[in-house]
Amino acid sequence: MEILLASAVGLLTAAGTYLILRLRTFPVIVGLSLLSYAVNVFIFASGRLTIGHPPIITKGAIEYTDPLPQALVLTAIVISFGMTAVIVMMSLGAFLESGTDRIDTDEPETPEGDAP
Amino acid sequence: MNHWIIAPVVLPALLAPIIVLTMRHDFVLKRVASVASIVAQLLIAVALLLSAMANPPDVYLLGNWLAPYGIVLVVDQLAALMLVLTATLALAVVLYAIGSGWDRSGLHFHALLQFQLMGLNGAFLTGDAFNLFVFFEVLLIASYGLMIHGGGKKRLRAGIQYVAYNLAGSTLFLFALATLYSVTGTLNMADMAAKVAAMPPADTALLRAGAALLILVFAVKGALVPLQFWLPDTYENAPGPVAALFAVMTKVGAYAMIRMYVLVFPPQVAATGGFFADALLPAALVTLAIGSVGVLGARSLGRLAGFTAIASMGTLFVAVSQFTPAATLAALYYLVHSTLAGAVLFLVADLTLRRRGLAGGRLEPAPAIPAQGLVAALFFAAAIATAGMPPLSGFLGKLLVLDATRDAPAAPWIWSIILIGSLLTMVGLARAGSTLFWKTLPTPEDAPPNQPPFPAPAPALAFTATAGLLAMLVALTVLAGPVTAALAQTVDALHHRSNYVTAVQMARPVEGADDGHGQAHGAAGEAGLSTAPAKAAKPPPKTGAQTDAAPAFSASLSFDPADRDLAHAGQ
Repeated sequence: MEILLASAVGLLTAAGTYLILRLRTFPVIVGLSLLSYAVNVFIFASGRLTIGHPPIITKGAIEYTDPLPQALVLTAIVISFGMTAVIVMMSLGAFLESGTDRIDTDEPETPEGDAP
Repeated sequence: MNHWIIAPVVLPALLAPIIVLTMRHDFVLKRVASVASIVAQLLIAVALLLSAMANPPDVYLLGNWLAPYGIVLVVDQLAALMLVLTATLALAVVLYAIGSGWDRSGLHFHALLQFQLMGLNGAFLTGDAFNLFVFFEVLLIASYGLMIHGGGKKRLRAGIQYVAYNLAGSTLFLFALATLYSVTGTLNMADMAAKVAAMPPADTALLRAGAALLILVFAVKGALVPLQFWLPDTYENAPGPVAALFAVMTKVGAYAMIRMYVLVFPPQVAATGGFFADALLPAALVTLAIGSVGVLGARSLGRLAGFTAIASMGTLFVAVSQFTPAATLAALYYLVHSTLAGAVLFLVADLTLRRRGLAGGRLEPAPAIPAQGLVAALFFAAAIATAGMPPLSGFLGKLLVLDATRDAPAAPWIWSIILIGSLLTMVGLARAGSTLFWKTLPTPEDAPPNQPPFPAPAPALAFTATAGLLAMLVALTVLAGPVTAALAQTVDALHHRSNYVTAVQMARPVEGADDGHGQAHGAAGEAGLSTAPAKAAKPPPKTGAQTDAAPAFSASLSFDPADRDLAHAGQ
């Protein structure tokens, strides 16, 4: 299981890093999502990998799994979900306003660019 | 337990939804509520600072859970100082936004501002590393909204870069925290400090990797080279008051670095050593160099102000990277100064470019602007403060930094780069000022009057807010003696790490507040303590069972390898 989990984290991170270096918003957003999946799996591993043990100490349970990473993952999922929603809305707004989905802002200066 | 500690977080957190839900279309009501909330936060922060100066660090156990199982808020002198600084800056920013009419260009400026303050205050107060991440996200998500406040295609596109950069940074933060948790088995900063200090120097590769990742995260926030690319575009395109508020956002990175790397991973701890200080110094020097050269090369006023922010972060991180009490004192003084000075520069830049009509912030000659003399005088003062020339506090701040690094091995490098960087900044600002205010073109007779994009209802308030920040800088200069004496006390408390750690360890839940955690304890005590006596990775026992909880906790502080395995008793 360790090798499966480690390679999954590695693969997701590599793909995510490649995608956030792209120049258009859609691949960047997908890349950020992949990175957040990778980190979610990684947080699970920080509590060590166990199968079939309760996260709560009960009478008679000899071993238990660390419940804290599960709580951390839940928080991380909620936050990354919200953040992804924000960046999707912002890129949609930018695309509709400027007609391009390029990430970089280098272009010929337009006089109205600085007006609020 | 002092309940005022949580007020700086709860007050804006409650007010922001109320503003959104009940005052959405009433600008007067929104403004009154927002200003009142910030004034209240300022008063609370000052009270907390006064109490922190006289007392050891005060700990607030959220939900009445015993540390390190629950989340703690800790107010020590450094945290209280940052709270006061944030509230002061926020007051000037909100007054400027009201005076210049910026808050009217979107519906939710004040609500977002309150959420931003909630995140900032929380980040300064928290004593838990994961909670620090959560508050970082709170302040970031509010800053995303503030950054694109007012809309416009250039601003939106710059905003996407900013968000993408910070989302990648947040992912890195999670990687760092998970790594640190897997090694230390705790996320409480004080607990982590105790455990890291007790670790043997061998076999800490994972710990060092986690700490290195963490420094990268704070470098993203603090715009340290090579992670500074988000800053110029963001600051140039953000609305003026928001850019001024962002002056404290980069300082959050510096604050978090001081907090984590003085408390948890100081150079004298064997497990991590001086690696971070050695890596931080060159990065800080390059940041300073790039910022200064950028000031010289900037072709618009907003970008110029952005690069001065990078240069000031470079100077700040040079002082931080020394990790000696004298250097930390210099860092704190310079932090306060550069926050205020950076904010003044952004506000003056906004005052200028909004009066220039089509020429905007571009550094090209244009017809003279209304109230030219006053704006030019403010720009002159802000430039003196930013470049670090006498008589304002920037000079004293740089002097403190230079003095504190006199005995460092890299002193020739530090001194020459800081001094040459100051010169470049000065030249860049002088050139910008003379282009903007001296090389004015004659106003064409037939041209329409140079109207700002929308009428500013109370420009006097905008000028007052800007001048108020300048007055703070003057006060910081005149009262440099008492301020540095107080900061010396702060730094002394900061470098005596045991005070902070002991305060968190000794914090006990309030008696008598029965919220039902108690029942779980009986079973936990039997099963958990009998199988894993030292560990107690279980719900915190509360009030009645305190006596046997304390030994379990102190046992978990004395680190030994077996303890780490028990932390993950699944093995």
